[in-house]
Amino acid sequence: MDALASSLSAPPRLTRDLNEDGDDAGSSAEWGSQGGFGNLHSGFVGGMTVPRTPDPAAFLNLHTDSMSSNPQAKIKLAHGTTTLAFRFKGGIIVAVDSRATAGSYIASGTVKKVIEINPYLLGTMAGGAADCQYWETYLGMQCRLHELRNKERISVAAASKILSNIVYQYKGMGLSMGTMICGWDKTGPALFYVDSEGQRLKGDLFSVGSGSTFAYGVLDQGYKFDLTDEEAQDLGRRSICAAGHRDAFSGNTINLYHVKEHGWDFIGNYDLSETWYEYTQKEKGDKMTRVEAPSPMAVEA
Amino acid sequence: MSIMEYNGGSVVAMVGKDCVAIATDMRLGQQSIGVAHNFEKVFPINDKLYYGLPGLASDVYSLREHLRFRVNMYRMKEEREITPKTFTHLLSSTLYEKRFGPWFLEPVVAGLPAPTEMEPHPKPFISTMDTIGCITTPKDFAVAGTATDKLYGVAEGLWEPDLEPEDLFETISQTLLNAVDRDALSGWGAVVHVITHDKVITRTLRSRMD
Repeated sequence: MDALASSLSAPPRLTRDLNEDGDDAGSSAEWGSQGGFGNLHSGFVGGMTVPRTPDPAAFLNLHTDSMSSNPQAKIKLAHGTTTLAFRFKGGIIVAVDSRATAGSYIASGTVKKVIEINPYLLGTMAGGAADCQYWETYLGMQCRLHELRNKERISVAAASKILSNIVYQYKGMGLSMGTMICGWDKTGPALFYVDSEGQRLKGDLFSVGSGSTFAYGVLDQGYKFDLTDEEAQDLGRRSICAAGHRDAFSGNTINLYHVKEHGWDFIGNYDLSETWYEYTQKEKGDKMTRVEAPSPMAVEA
Repeated sequence: MSIMEYNGGSVVAMVGKDCVAIATDMRLGQQSIGVAHNFEKVFPINDKLYYGLPGLASDVYSLREHLRFRVNMYRMKEEREITPKTFTHLLSSTLYEKRFGPWFLEPVVAGLPAPTEMEPHPKPFISTMDTIGCITTPKDFAVAGTATDKLYGVAEGLWEPDLEPEDLFETISQTLLNAVDRDALSGWGAVVHVITHDKVITRTLRSRMD
């Protein structure tokens, strides 16, 4: 009877992890070609534990808001973001905001949402802050190991695939991350979107997070592949500014990075509100004589 | 989704020496989306009495018009201006009328009662109530809206008794601005009214726009 109950209640792969403490991370699968899956780990990362309940995902969903389906959960994880990255002739621009919210409370305004994986790879953070931070740091380790093993820097495609393969192992267990892996390898500038659902996309332009729609609005309007470095950096900054302005869960400051052939450069940290005043002032100047109209929402006094 | 947090916004009122102040943010949102930054939630009854209505935006308009009607009726019948205390009770009973389907608002009232023969030196008056009209009349400050908890924190630290109008303005402005910067659903501009015996000082503050 017990055997029947446990076989019904626990997914087989979880039972395996609970029973074994084996470290699969260093298995021989990493060494040679495995039919195109050379970087795919054969199991969970060693030391990672899951809640010892029949259904860990349901347990997490009950107590945390990690899947955004349970906003009244007592444990609120850092959420809400706008991040963007786009490829252009001068490399890749990466721009992010710096706000972390728990419910409507602004828990921090100084979050580093660009994770410097190594001097030529950047990852962005959206969704679970800890998930992104941990797995992208872990990705940095795997990239270094690749370098030592193959005497060659890892490609952005391979690096992003390591990450997507890892998060796929944990699919349905509450990981929450939407990330862009950006870098310059021998194919040139490369940009990949990877999320915790297991999706991995190559592309020229992405924006992720609660403010992404607002960022896309500005980004699409101003994007061309032939942008100059200055134009591209300004477009990234302006897009995050627009998103931080409209989206309640984005804001505070903008962090701007530029990925070039020699690796990434940190361009700067800008106060989002001050930036917004700058752009609106400029727009007002452009339109010369714009009179403040009475509020269209107002009822007669 | 809570209706009280659907549009966002906060109001704070403070007592000073022979003056009161009331301040509001200007955000109107739809959950996480900011829609307008000219949405004032504080309105005058006369130049000695103001009130704020943070909560559901549609109810802000409805209740404001409803109160305008009732206060005008009071004026015509009584042939005098309504006092802050009476207005608080008028507001309270208006809210309780909807006991089983309430207005989604948490009003804050701030006023200077006019001197009378019985009360030649009346104290500055503030009050606040819940959605169904339970009145509280604090001696120091009253807060309401999505940034309530943050406003309490800052006000508790900054407020002191017997502030002169200019100092009260600084205190209430800093309280609102700093509280609102920790609340995702409030902000996007702010207005402060300081009510004194001879004038009302109204100032729009430059606030963070994110």
